[in-house]
Amino acid sequence: MADGKERQNLTEQNPETFKKPDGMAFREHEENISTKEDISGQLGEADTWKDQLMTLIRQNKLAAFSAVVIGLIILAAIFAPVVAPYDYLAQSLTDRLQDPGAAHWLGTDELGRDVLSRIIYGARISLTIGLVPTLISMAIGTVLGLCAGFYGGKTDFIIMRLADVMLAFPSLLLAMVVMYTMGGGLINIFIALSLVNWAGTARIVRSQTLSLKEKEFVEAARSIGVKKWTIMFRHILPNCLPSLIVLFTLNIPSAILSEASLSFLGIGAQPPSASWGLMVVRGKKYLFSEPWLSIAPSVAIMIVVLAFNFLGDGLRDVLDPYLKEQ
Amino acid sequence: MLNKVLKRIVISIPVLFGVMLAIFIMLRLVPGNPVTTMLGEHVNPAVIEKISREMGLDQPLYIQFFKYVANVLRGDFGTSYRLNRNVTGIIMESFPNTVKLSLLAAVVAWLIGIVAGIVAAIRQNRILDRLFMGGALIGVSMPVFMTALVLQYLFAFKLKWFPVSGFDSMQAMVLPAIVLGWNSAGSIARMTRSNLVEIMQNDFIRTARAKGLREHGVIIGHALKNAMLPVITMMALQLSSMLSGAVLTESVFGVPGIGRLAVNAIETRDMPLLQGTVIFTTILVILGNLVADLLYNVMDPRIREGA
Repeated sequence: MADGKERQNLTEQNPETFKKPDGMAFREHEENISTKEDISGQLGEADTWKDQLMTLIRQNKLAAFSAVVIGLIILAAIFAPVVAPYDYLAQSLTDRLQDPGAAHWLGTDELGRDVLSRIIYGARISLTIGLVPTLISMAIGTVLGLCAGFYGGKTDFIIMRLADVMLAFPSLLLAMVVMYTMGGGLINIFIALSLVNWAGTARIVRSQTLSLKEKEFVEAARSIGVKKWTIMFRHILPNCLPSLIVLFTLNIPSAILSEASLSFLGIGAQPPSASWGLMVVRGKKYLFSEPWLSIAPSVAIMIVVLAFNFLGDGLRDVLDPYLKEQ
Repeated sequence: MLNKVLKRIVISIPVLFGVMLAIFIMLRLVPGNPVTTMLGEHVNPAVIEKISREMGLDQPLYIQFFKYVANVLRGDFGTSYRLNRNVTGIIMESFPNTVKLSLLAAVVAWLIGIVAGIVAAIRQNRILDRLFMGGALIGVSMPVFMTALVLQYLFAFKLKWFPVSGFDSMQAMVLPAIVLGWNSAGSIARMTRSNLVEIMQNDFIRTARAKGLREHGVIIGHALKNAMLPVITMMALQLSSMLSGAVLTESVFGVPGIGRLAVNAIETRDMPLLQGTVIFTTILVILGNLVADLLYNVMDPRIREGA
C-alpha cells in the first residue's frame, strides 16, 4: 500500500471489523434506506421522510444552512445573466480599477470589468468543475471498485495496484502533468480531474463490496441464478450509495480547489474566462493597491468549498458512520 | 517484525515503478517532437534528427523507459531542455528550500492542530470546541493561495513585519510556513479531537480518574499517547497534500523550491525537468508513507506484538 492508510488496510484484511452499528445494518435495497428501523436508531422516532428531513435539519443546522447557501449559488450561476449587474466580459477602460462602491459593489478589474459580475459568472465554472469531473471520476472509481471487490484475484490485484500508483502522486502535481500533456483550458481541466481522482472512490467501494458480497442477500441472489453484473449493480451498488453520496459531497470542494489552483498557477483556465482562480492570479499583481481584486474571488472559492464541506460533514453523520472513521 | 518491514518495502517497489511508468507515458503523449519544441519550428530537419538521435529519442519507447528507470535508480534524472543542465543538480538546489518550508510548516501545523484538538476535546460540544472546529474547517476550506495573499497583505505590506517574498532569511520563512501549515492544522485538529473524545470513554481513563489524577494528568499522561497513533499515520498523508500546497505557497512567495521548479518546467515546456521533479516528489511521498507505516508499527505495541 502506497499511502499507509492503516484503517483502509484493516478493512481490506477483515471487512467484518467494520460492520455498521445496529441501526444501520447493511441495507438490501435503496428503497429500504428510509424505513423506520433503519434511521430511527439515529434520529429518534421519525415517520415520513418529511419528518426525517425536519429532524435532520434540526440536528444539523449548519449543514442545512450550507445546503441553502449552495442552492442560492447554483441559482445565481444558472440565472447569471439576470442576476449579474454587468456583462462579465464588458470592458470599460475609463472605469479601470475602481474601488468597491455603489456602481460596482466589488469594484472593477484592470480592464474595467465588474468584479461582482465576473464572480457570479465564475460560479458557473466552479460548480461545473465541482460536479462533472467528480461524477465522472467517481463513476470510474465505483465500477473499478465493484469489479475489484467482487471478482477478487488478479482483477482485484491489478486495479488496486493501479489505485496505489494514482494515490501515491500529490494530486496537484499529477493534474499539472496532465495539463502539460494536453495544454491549458477548461475542457482539459475536466479531463485531468476526471482521470486523476478515481482511486479514493475505488478503495472505499472495494472494501464495502468485499463485506457486502458475503451477505445473505447476495448469496440468495446468486443461488437463484442472478447474473454477476446484476448482483453488482442492482444489489451491491445500492448499498454503497450512502457512502458514495457523502464522498461525492466531499469530493466536490476538492475538485473546485484543484481547478482554482491550476488556474492560479496559470495552467488552467485561460483569459478572458471568469474562473475564480484565474481572477485571483490576475488580481495578485494589484494586491497592495487593490486587494479586493484577488481577495473577493478567493472568498467566493472559500464560501463554496466551506458550504460543501459542512454539508458533507452533516450528511456523513447521518448517512455514513462508516466513513466517519477516516 | 523484520519480515514485516521487508514485506512493506517490497510492496512499495511496484508502486514506484508504476509511478515512473505513468509519468513517462503521459509525458510522451505530448504531440510533436520535443526537439522541435526545444529548438523552434524553423530548424534544419537534419539537425533535429541528429539531436533526437543523441538524446535517444529515436529508440522504441520501452527501451527509452528502461534506460530512464536505470538512470533514475542511479540518481540521474536526465538533462533539462532549457537549462541544458543535469536535472538532478537543479532539483538538489531547490530541494533544501522545500524541505525547510515543509518542516517549518509541519511544526506550525502540529502546534496549532494538536493544541486546538486537545482544547476542543476537553471542552467537547461547548463554545470553545465549536469555535475551534469551525476554525479548523475554515482552515481546510481556505485555498492555500488565499491564506498566502491575505497574510502577505496584512503582515508584509500593511504591518511590514516580514518581507513580501524570498526565502533567504529566517524572517522571510515565517509567512510561507504559516500559510502551508495552516491548511494541515485544520485536519490535524479535527483528527486529534475525534480520537481523544473516543479514547476518553475507555476504562483505563476511568481508572486514571478514579485513582485521583487531575483531568490534565489524565489527558496528557494517558489519553493523548493513545490518541496520537492515528495522527502519526495522518502525518504521512499530509506529506502528499503538503507538497501540493508547497507548489502554491512557493509560487506566491517566490520560494525557489521544487514546486516552483515544476511550474517553471511547465511554463518553459521543459519535459525532463517536469518529469524529474514530479517523479522525485512522488518518490518522497512513497518513502514518507513507508516511514510512517513502520513508525506506526513500532509505536503501537498491539501491532508490534502481533507481528
